Amino acid sequence: MDLSALLMAGRFDTMTSYFAVIFLVAFLPICIIVYSIIPQKTKKYFLLFASMVFFWLVSGQLIVYLILTIMSVHYFGIWLDRIQGKRNAAVKAAPKEERKALKKVFLHQSRLVLLFATVIHIGVLLVIKYSPFFTTNVNNLFTLLNVPLQLDIPSYIMPIGISFFTLQAISYLFDVYRGLIKADDNIFRLALFMSFFPQIVEGPICRYGQTADQLWNVKQIEFENLKLGAQRILFGLMKKLVIADRLNPLIKEVFSNYSNYQGGIIAIAAVCYTIQLYMDFSGTMDAVMGIAQIFGVTMPENFQRPFFSKSISEFWQRWHITLGTWFKDYIFYPVTMSRPMKNLTSSARKRLGNHFGPLLAGSVALFCVWFCNGLWHGSAWNYIFFGMYHFALILAGNIISPAVTATNKKLHINADCFAYRTMQMVRTTILVIIGELFFRAEGLKDGLAMFGKMVTDFSFSTLDSTLMDKLKIDVQDIIIVAVALVIIFVISVLNEKGINIRLSLKKKNIVIRWGLLYALIMFIVIFGAYGKGYVPVDPIYANF
Amino acid sequence: MDELIEILEDIKPDVDYENCENLIDGHYLDSLSIISLVAEIEDEFDVTVPAVEIVPKNFNSVKAMWSMIERLQEED
Repeated sequence: MDLSALLMAGRFDTMTSYFAVIFLVAFLPICIIVYSIIPQKTKKYFLLFASMVFFWLVSGQLIVYLILTIMSVHYFGIWLDRIQGKRNAAVKAAPKEERKALKKVFLHQSRLVLLFATVIHIGVLLVIKYSPFFTTNVNNLFTLLNVPLQLDIPSYIMPIGISFFTLQAISYLFDVYRGLIKADDNIFRLALFMSFFPQIVEGPICRYGQTADQLWNVKQIEFENLKLGAQRILFGLMKKLVIADRLNPLIKEVFSNYSNYQGGIIAIAAVCYTIQLYMDFSGTMDAVMGIAQIFGVTMPENFQRPFFSKSISEFWQRWHITLGTWFKDYIFYPVTMSRPMKNLTSSARKRLGNHFGPLLAGSVALFCVWFCNGLWHGSAWNYIFFGMYHFALILAGNIISPAVTATNKKLHINADCFAYRTMQMVRTTILVIIGELFFRAEGLKDGLAMFGKMVTDFSFSTLDSTLMDKLKIDVQDIIIVAVALVIIFVISVLNEKGINIRLSLKKKNIVIRWGLLYALIMFIVIFGAYGKGYVPVDPIYANF
Repeated sequence: MDELIEILEDIKPDVDYENCENLIDGHYLDSLSIISLVAEIEDEFDVTVPAVEIVPKNFNSVKAMWSMIERLQEED
């Protein structure tokens, strides 16, 4: 297919991720060059144009979804803003005793508009993403109840990034409703915030207040930003090519044919998948942050060394941070701060005390958060199970925490000592790996069967060179992955201690700096898993 | 402000509330403590704390909480 045919089709299938060759050697460099030479006042419009072209190349005519979302969000934002403007004027003019009632009237209006907008945007997401799952389950129910009726299962092509840009749209509308930001009357500025090409596929999920102004006031590319941005892209490339893609054949084989393998091998595959998911997603985030930095834009970080977490609750404060804060701000606190929940907290506190009293309302909100979190990741029962699994773990952690503290005190155990913290981190990591097993499994039934095999048949007796050939992995692969993981572990430990590696390197002499950069490039070129025999893993989070 | 410190000590003792400036960022108060705290603040100071006010800058210190309460009392 020549380039013109490709453009006509509007789907650039080879540009599947930010690490795709066509993106790194053509799209991004062209954007950087054009951006650098055009006049300052046109740069922001060029970024918007580039973002739309990128989306079109990846999703073709499905760009209509993105454009309609932007137009709708713009319209509803202004509608909410107008109501607030009218409210302020009316409250100011009214006598003091009437102000409270007036505020209530306008609040009611704003709520209706917000509800209408949310129903539209979440509704589109629900129909496109969840209606096949819903219909399949209704059909299963009909079969179970012997109802002679089967519904047609709808099928939609999902625009890439819809789960991400819909959450961004909802957060914008809620922030306008709450008076945290003014609605943007400039649809181009709002469009750039919604569609900025480095983040549209896998996030991070930004708030309007975090990036909209930065994007609209972009400046000339600075050499320092270009250098640091490129370094970060390379670091992400290492995570993806050297680790995530190299582990792919093993993971694919075991998860697709788990019945052929012992529980021990399934456990190895679950560990490898957890590593792959982290390297793929955090590597992509490194690329996203790096590209944004080249244009002088700072995005909110999505990862903070999650495997140093001492509890599941802490893990989720360090993993996919922008999704976690979204759920906290737009689901957890609105639910716990609702009038019925506040009343529940007050009465429960009096009966159950300071810990278990608020836990009751908290667990209701936590359930909502984790049900939505599971569903957000995909429309299948194993994702719902994944959400409920983490809900149960966090709730259990909250329930037993007073007993654990009391036991530690009684037994004179220092919870801050290295050994105790290491035990907590290992325990958290094991629990995360079990969760990821269900997450990756091809359905809940498979997940349960795999977990069952891990428990009842935990053995490595079949692990020999024949099996390794079947899993398409050899000793060399293991050594390469181990070396890359050690590098990342050392960097993470230093980061955890508050040492900024990139800033420290900046102070070193030119030989060390360039030497390390070349070493990283050579490491990726020599040890990256690409070419014949390797199928790169699709960007995992782009499918959500 | 003393009443507020009393509430906080009741919810989570052994914290230097008078001097601590990072109650949220330093993980002294978790989300459950915040749920209790908001319920108590509403009862004690006759204000309504909406979800939008639940941000670290409003809860990182007693001073910040107090100014939020005063602001909410004025708005009411």
